[in-house]
Amino acid sequence: MDLNLDAPHSMGTTIIGVTYDGGVVLGADSRTSTGMYVANRASDKITQLTDNVYLCRSGSAADTQIISDYVRYFLDQHTIQLGQPATVKVAANLIRLLSYQNKNMLQAGMIVGGWDKYVGGQIYSVPLGGTILQQPFSIGGSGSSYLYGFMDQSWKEGMSKDEAEKLVVKAVSLAIARDGASGGVVRTVTINSEGVERKFYPGDSLPLWHEELASVNSLLDLLPEPMST
Amino acid sequence: MSKATVELPPKAGFNFDLCRRNDMLTKNGVHAPSFLKTGTTIVGLVFEDGVVLGADTRATEGPIVADKNCEKIHYMAPNIYCCGAGTAADTENVTDMISSQLLLHRYATGRESRVVTALTLLKTHLFGYQGHVSAALVLGGVDITGPHLHTIYPHGSTDTLPFATMGSGSLAAMAIFESKYREGLTDFYIYILYLCQSIARDEGVKLVTEAICSGIFNDLGSGSNVDVCVITKGKVEYLRNHQKPNPRTYISSKGFSFLKGQTEVLSTKVTLLEKPQQEEGVDKMEE
Repeated sequence: MDLNLDAPHSMGTTIIGVTYDGGVVLGADSRTSTGMYVANRASDKITQLTDNVYLCRSGSAADTQIISDYVRYFLDQHTIQLGQPATVKVAANLIRLLSYQNKNMLQAGMIVGGWDKYVGGQIYSVPLGGTILQQPFSIGGSGSSYLYGFMDQSWKEGMSKDEAEKLVVKAVSLAIARDGASGGVVRTVTINSEGVERKFYPGDSLPLWHEELASVNSLLDLLPEPMST
Repeated sequence: MSKATVELPPKAGFNFDLCRRNDMLTKNGVHAPSFLKTGTTIVGLVFEDGVVLGADTRATEGPIVADKNCEKIHYMAPNIYCCGAGTAADTENVTDMISSQLLLHRYATGRESRVVTALTLLKTHLFGYQGHVSAALVLGGVDITGPHLHTIYPHGSTDTLPFATMGSGSLAAMAIFESKYREGLTDFYIYILYLCQSIARDEGVKLVTEAICSGIFNDLGSGSNVDVCVITKGKVEYLRNHQKPNPRTYISSKGFSFLKGQTEVLSTKVTLLEKPQQEEGVDKMEE
């Protein structure tokens, strides 16, 4: 068994961003692994950049954390100078700038999502090379390969907030079921003109897919009585 | 006219000659001595009004136990402590360096250090060295915003958790936490807290001790004693060698004491030291 605990922290991940009528929904699983060991089973991969812009992180945990720290700092300065909230485009462009200029040293794929008064809800994906793409919906991380067909089929223009949230949770739980590097819980962030709403779906509340067994909180609960030491 | 073919050594930049020499040496079976590593179990958990940190006390150098009772819970600030795993020199130095930066920051601001400040300083330092500073840390403390527990990995990534383990014994220790840490440790005891302030604390110390013992007994890299550090608002209890599950076994019942004169004196030579002269006009350094 090679757990490879010395491997850098990577987020074998499923992340997703979806626009709907009036805003965006971001979603992510919660597994962070070092080699074969799950270092954190309840991590938060959706990071706040400003009041109205959030970031889904995938790839190296260290790299994406430092990028988001820098971008949050730049956006805070920018907001003070401007005297009004930064736009989603500015945030995404700062992410792209750091990703592109340091592309040789970084292992980071990110999805920026947010709402501003000029354009409304927007999703930008900034994949590995440091390019930027505005998309109606975007998926990322190792789990995303299982989702392309599903998303192409089920994303519709002009969805309601409820439909979009349901879609995101369904997509992430589908990827969790098939991708070994994704798992844990599903976290979502919904951003619109009203503000921001965070939601959390524990592993045992997620839908069960083909042949899946219902999860139990702990294997120890199955034992007739707790082992005594 | 023919081109000059003489290769001049570069005027600036790095020189990698020694890397090639080292590669050649390793290929021929010469291995550089390894660093002192702390094959370690370190843990931490958050309870109602503070954090508990724990560590074993074994330091190893390859297969050799280099120190049977070392200290792995490092001081960062009066209200913040940090457990270290990885290369002993790196954990020692990185915590010392950040600790002094925090002290300067306190002098500048006149405020108590925050745990996030320590976290940010540590992670940016480690990220800059791209994992070459092998320090895996469990950072815990109580500040104005409450109790905090973080883990920091050598590459500079951080996590914020209610309970955390690190080092080679992290799996053994995590098994204990995952099976016995309950939200009850915080929620359930809230109402008992009204009755007795120290129950949650004692429960926390017990669980941390158990997790470290699990590392000590089940992980070869960890061993010897349990160190615990309990940080609550305005109070730190550093319980050095809180538990000693591995006492020395084979001790002579008579003890080891030697009578004076048991070692033969072969020769004696006494050299008197000159009295040092105090330089005039120079003040002695005082602390």
